[in-house]
Amino acid sequence: MTELITKSRLEKVLKNGHQAVTSECGPPRSSDPAHIIEKGNLIKDYVDSVNITDNQTSVTRLCSLAACIHLKQQGIDPVLQMVVRDRNRIALQSDILGAASFGIHNILCLSGDHQSFGDNPQAQNVFDLDSMQLVQTVRHMRDEGKFLSGDEIKVPPDMFVGAAANPFGDPFKIRVPRLAKKVACGAEFIQTQCIYNVDKFEKWMEGVRDRGLDEQVYILAGITPMRSVGMARYLSKNVPGMDVPEELIERLKGVEKNKQSEEGITIAVETIQRLKEVKGVAGFHIMAIEWEEKVPEMVERSGLYPRPAVD
Amino acid sequence: MIVGEQKPFEEIWEMVKDHKQLTVFGCNTCVAVCHQGGNKEAGILASQLRMRATQDGVDIEIVDSGIERQCEHEFFTSTEDLLVKSEAVLSLACGIGVQFMAEKYKKTPIYPALNTTFLGDVIESGHYTEKCQACGDCVLGVTGGVCPVSRCCKRLFNGPCGGSSDGKCEISKDLDCAWQLVVDRLEALGKIDDYEKVQPLKDWSKDRAGGPRSFKLEDF
Repeated sequence: MTELITKSRLEKVLKNGHQAVTSECGPPRSSDPAHIIEKGNLIKDYVDSVNITDNQTSVTRLCSLAACIHLKQQGIDPVLQMVVRDRNRIALQSDILGAASFGIHNILCLSGDHQSFGDNPQAQNVFDLDSMQLVQTVRHMRDEGKFLSGDEIKVPPDMFVGAAANPFGDPFKIRVPRLAKKVACGAEFIQTQCIYNVDKFEKWMEGVRDRGLDEQVYILAGITPMRSVGMARYLSKNVPGMDVPEELIERLKGVEKNKQSEEGITIAVETIQRLKEVKGVAGFHIMAIEWEEKVPEMVERSGLYPRPAVD
Repeated sequence: MIVGEQKPFEEIWEMVKDHKQLTVFGCNTCVAVCHQGGNKEAGILASQLRMRATQDGVDIEIVDSGIERQCEHEFFTSTEDLLVKSEAVLSLACGIGVQFMAEKYKKTPIYPALNTTFLGDVIESGHYTEKCQACGDCVLGVTGGVCPVSRCCKRLFNGPCGGSSDGKCEISKDLDCAWQLVVDRLEALGKIDDYEKVQPLKDWSKDRAGGPRSFKLEDF
């Protein structure tokens, strides 16, 4: 096993050679944490770590850091998602220390959806750093024990550092080089965009392997089950950077309306099973948006249950 | 050049209608190119205001005039008398001209007739697009001549984000993805390998973040 650097459970699972399973929960639009705690507990035994989204789609919610603390208190290993849209480098470094002080040992560094998609399109956006520079920042804080200013951090943040990758974004030809850049910045794990076009993902993975990037970073394949043909059409037409092949829409259309969600789960399970065999896929990131109760079934049917005991 | 757009007529009328005398004052350089703030537009706007005043029975004397640039003292010589005697001025300059006049004529209200929108170019007649945000530390040399600060809606220095689709930005199908343009340019220049150079953290103290900027030529 490669040497462990942090106390992250996700890192332990990956470095013990297991295919990791992560999932994610969106915090509530409320100050009541009950719902996120409930969601966390629903999937706790079926995943290694749980991402908490950071005001996803720019809609204001309970903050990612607080939600991570709630999950941590349930014995879950949280992955703090942090977008650079809303915080400058002072706030980012400050939140990283705050998270580490609560024993949050994973961070996913993201740009964040543009605020025009959210509930406050009039908001100023920050983008002091970009997602790659945030990866560099966390690694600098952890490994050098220093702030960006060069000042010493007496107790550096102990965090396993991740980034996202979208193999389906354009231009395709730079999507492998872009991953290489994130690796060069210090990303230790990657969670990808939802994969529906498996052929294209495999083509991207081929490029990733050609450059040996799969040996340098753990790649978790992103999986989101379709709940209906309507959702498939919506994602295909309205979400930039999402690639939903027509044949998948046709397959969902071919089953009765009340069976479409079941078919969506089956498609997701088949995708996981196919990708389990792809060299360089180190695990799965299951994003069952507001459908967390289906995560256990997906994990079990994919043969990824029980989760390894590494603690 | 600086691009501006005339404010809605109602907003302009509300600002000026209580005066007895108003000078509508054009600025005949940047904002004249985009047909919003030149001396010709000042004449048209003055006519519209006179019509409105007649309609509403408001007693206000409106004259129109203009100069080449409202941001430099030397251009004001020919209109000095008129401006000194004006009760109020509606300036069709960008925000710079409005402030320059407010400082020059300390007791005269100077109202903006335009919203200063951006620093841009004329890509075709009547079509203006933003190209620069005056960030104070130009990176065009490493981004193939495409500005990520003004043209990427997340001002990413290491783009594109995951929302780039068919060459367009995630926020609008009508907006080019700046990083698609960067990649295309780097490729055309035979420098696509430069894409993998990680751009360092930006020093925003040279931007607006560092406070109002100025520079002075010591020899002048």
